[in-house]
Amino acid sequence: MKSSYIPMTRQQQEAMLSAVGVESLDELFSAIPEDLRLKTDLNLPKPLSEHELKKHMNMLAQRNSDACENSCFLGAGVYDHIIPSAVKHIISRQEFYTAYTPYQPEISQGVLQSIFEYQTMISELTGMDAANASLYDGATALYEAVLLASRFNGRKEVLVARSVNPEYRKVLHSGLKYSGITIKEVDFIREENNSDGKNGTIDLEQLQGELSKDTAAIAIQSPNFFGILEDIKALSQKVKEVGALLIAVCDPISLGVFESPGELGADIAVGEAQPLGNPMNFGGPLLGYFAVKSPLLRRMPGRIAGETTDSQGRRGFVLTLQAREQHIRREKATSNICTNQALCALAAVSYLSLMGKEGLKEVATQCINKSVYTYRSLLETGKVSQVFNAPFFREFVVKPKIKPNVLNKALLAEKIIGGYDLTVEYPELEGCWLVAVTEKRSVDEIDDFVDKVNSICQGGGYK
Amino acid sequence: MMRDEKLIFEKSVEGRIGYSLPENDVPKVDLEAFYPVEMLRKTAPELPEVSEVDVIRHYTNLSKRNYGVDSGFYPLGSCTMKYNPKINEDIASMEGLAQMHPFQDPQSAQGNLEILHNMDKYLSEILGMERVTLQPAAGAHGEMTGLMIIKAYHMHRNDSKRVKIIVPDSSHGTNPASAALAGFEVVHIPSDERGCVDINALENILDDTVAGLMLTNPNTLGLFEEDILKISEMVHGCGGLLYYDGANMNAIMGIARPGDMGFDIAHVNLHKTFSTPHGGGGPGSGPIGVVKELVPFLPVPVIEKVNDSFVLDYDRPLSIGKVKSFYGNFGVILRAYSYIRTMGAQRLKEASQTAVLNANYIRKKLEDFYEIPYNRICMHEFVLSAQKQAQNGVTALDIAKNLLDAGIHPPTIYFPLIVHEAMMIEPTETESPETLDNFIGIMQGLAVKAQDDPESLKNAPKTTYVSRLDEVKAARTPVLRWKK
Repeated sequence: MKSSYIPMTRQQQEAMLSAVGVESLDELFSAIPEDLRLKTDLNLPKPLSEHELKKHMNMLAQRNSDACENSCFLGAGVYDHIIPSAVKHIISRQEFYTAYTPYQPEISQGVLQSIFEYQTMISELTGMDAANASLYDGATALYEAVLLASRFNGRKEVLVARSVNPEYRKVLHSGLKYSGITIKEVDFIREENNSDGKNGTIDLEQLQGELSKDTAAIAIQSPNFFGILEDIKALSQKVKEVGALLIAVCDPISLGVFESPGELGADIAVGEAQPLGNPMNFGGPLLGYFAVKSPLLRRMPGRIAGETTDSQGRRGFVLTLQAREQHIRREKATSNICTNQALCALAAVSYLSLMGKEGLKEVATQCINKSVYTYRSLLETGKVSQVFNAPFFREFVVKPKIKPNVLNKALLAEKIIGGYDLTVEYPELEGCWLVAVTEKRSVDEIDDFVDKVNSICQGGGYK
Repeated sequence: MMRDEKLIFEKSVEGRIGYSLPENDVPKVDLEAFYPVEMLRKTAPELPEVSEVDVIRHYTNLSKRNYGVDSGFYPLGSCTMKYNPKINEDIASMEGLAQMHPFQDPQSAQGNLEILHNMDKYLSEILGMERVTLQPAAGAHGEMTGLMIIKAYHMHRNDSKRVKIIVPDSSHGTNPASAALAGFEVVHIPSDERGCVDINALENILDDTVAGLMLTNPNTLGLFEEDILKISEMVHGCGGLLYYDGANMNAIMGIARPGDMGFDIAHVNLHKTFSTPHGGGGPGSGPIGVVKELVPFLPVPVIEKVNDSFVLDYDRPLSIGKVKSFYGNFGVILRAYSYIRTMGAQRLKEASQTAVLNANYIRKKLEDFYEIPYNRICMHEFVLSAQKQAQNGVTALDIAKNLLDAGIHPPTIYFPLIVHEAMMIEPTETESPETLDNFIGIMQGLAVKAQDDPESLKNAPKTTYVSRLDEVKAARTPVLRWKK
């Protein structure tokens, strides 16, 4: 049977072949050496109808156990937040999702204006002067930020806090391996009897020792991977003493209540904007945001929308500062970015419009209330112990009496997706567990979670 | 169309809300007691205060000022703007697939891992490669990943003198940009009079400092590189590797395979060849396939099947590491998976054959009206030149803007750089002969007008929401955000 996506009929095909002046379809491919032309069909499964495809995908979905079926207490960079229905309806408008990159601005004002609005909102949240149209994810955004910093000040060393998301650091390490930029990692404080609330934050003393005239930038995350806030202001002062740049990885939801990195002295703010109206999608697509202070603006990577006027003096938007980009500058471009994450950015701008000033603050505040409630309730069971003693956002570290991987397996049987096991990425935090609680979790789900942790730990993990 | 000039911020009314959140049902935390006060935000971000209906109307109105594949013909060369099947959208948002956390226990994600594992197999078969990684988020990201593998391969052999990557002068801009980003020196080679790689020029620059060659085949002129086997022999002969830029893969599915041509690494754009929507500029997906010798260098994790169960293998000492968080743009991969499963081998081949026939049909019908610098049977796209028209003052840009008034998305213009006044036309297989004939008629009409009444073509577009925009002003005094 023919494909319903190919409208040409057999009769039309005959007529077109003769219009082109060839005898057969094969003749169209005569430029391909005979030896290279496949003699048999590709070895692929036989085609399915729509109905059969749905059945097949349903069968595969049944081998999963998702966040609709289970209560999700897992975060570590990707979060299960509430997504308003209107977001899906907006990004499902064909004019948006079936369009290409807006190279023809006269028929792309929709996506261009949405990007301009997105850039405004990201600039507002981060306290920066400008933002780009998006990058692949938080990890690649951090990689681009380090390249930008090094390009800007010509220095070749970057200091990265170990409390930055391990996935981000891995992408940074592989990306910078042959770039001539070296990475030094700075530890976090972990003292048994520390009482000044600095446990889990970057070790400023070690940082001080590493800072030099070769330092291009320091990259920190706040709230960091453990959910703990870093002192961005103090860090920015230290960084400025040696003329380096401060890159802050910040969660956009948290910026509904916390002071912006721009206000606190960061030069570049990047991060993962998936929490803004984008589903977890098994880790992709995500949405990397990227924002800078003015001096860095013309060296930013990626697409940028700018305001201008049309020949009749009316406001309009175009892709701008394109002289930075690969299709103009080729090997001298500021990055190789072509495709970015425009539709995810549209989801984010829709989400932030719906939430507004008050809604975003409410989401952030509920994340705080619910995570603090969960943390305190877990500690009260006596089955988990405190690890750090610093204020956190949405996510916290505890040490359960049994191994996190054993605990998680038992929780899954109770329809709960448990926290992130820190053992692999942080050997010094062996047995520690990173738990995320968003506004989506109700008090009943939380109480049930705490009860189950309690009873599973009671039974040593096996029931 | 009703004019609505306002930004969402300019529609804000203090006190209006557009959200519906559950009531807070746990004890409230005193923020000023829990956090150091200097860490709390003093001024709220300037987000709009609007209702749900305001937001829906605002973005619905914006969408009307946009043009998608569902709106009409989109012959944007090198971008493969084929129809995006609707069932694939339904599958991508299916419960049980999309609401999965990437760090979930793999045992609770066997369905998703099976999809990724199958996709690796299907793409490997289509490309003629050993294994595929789905991690890269876009074509350029795939290029970057491939180049990192080339680097790792040579370094592993202690061959550190290989610092050059060769790209043709007709290549996509991402090729040299990715090579530079991966730490290589970029060397351009010219095209010959037939529009293909100049073999003599290649011969002259091949030596033991060459790490590899990046090639699109068919190339950006829509021509198949007939000497590909010779080229691969030459590059391999000097110890270099061959990278396949798969942007033009829609020409050859089921007909020929990059692996058989001698390429060592190949990317495909799922958002081109495999029908996933472009989203107005992403998200895309740019998986890369590699030959057997390069499998150890693939990014981690690799998804393996062990005793009927799918596992994430991170224990790969030669791996280049990670190029992106997690396992790639799963939501995009799901759509491409659906496409391959509904197409099967024969229909994929038919798609490529039809795409090529459509391109040749347009080329034939326009050859008496426009100059076609390399006029012979093309693959899925071809490049014409508006040089003849430009002598009358009508540029490729003018023709493009007049197409907007005809309700058609213009072809790619001014690319490849080696053709003056270039217009690169790629119709794809999903367009009917009637659509092609309509486009042909309009293009022929514009050529006639360029001859008879060139001035009449200078003011287009006239029917769009805005007229031609001042791009110089936008770049000279950048306004990149709204301010209160």
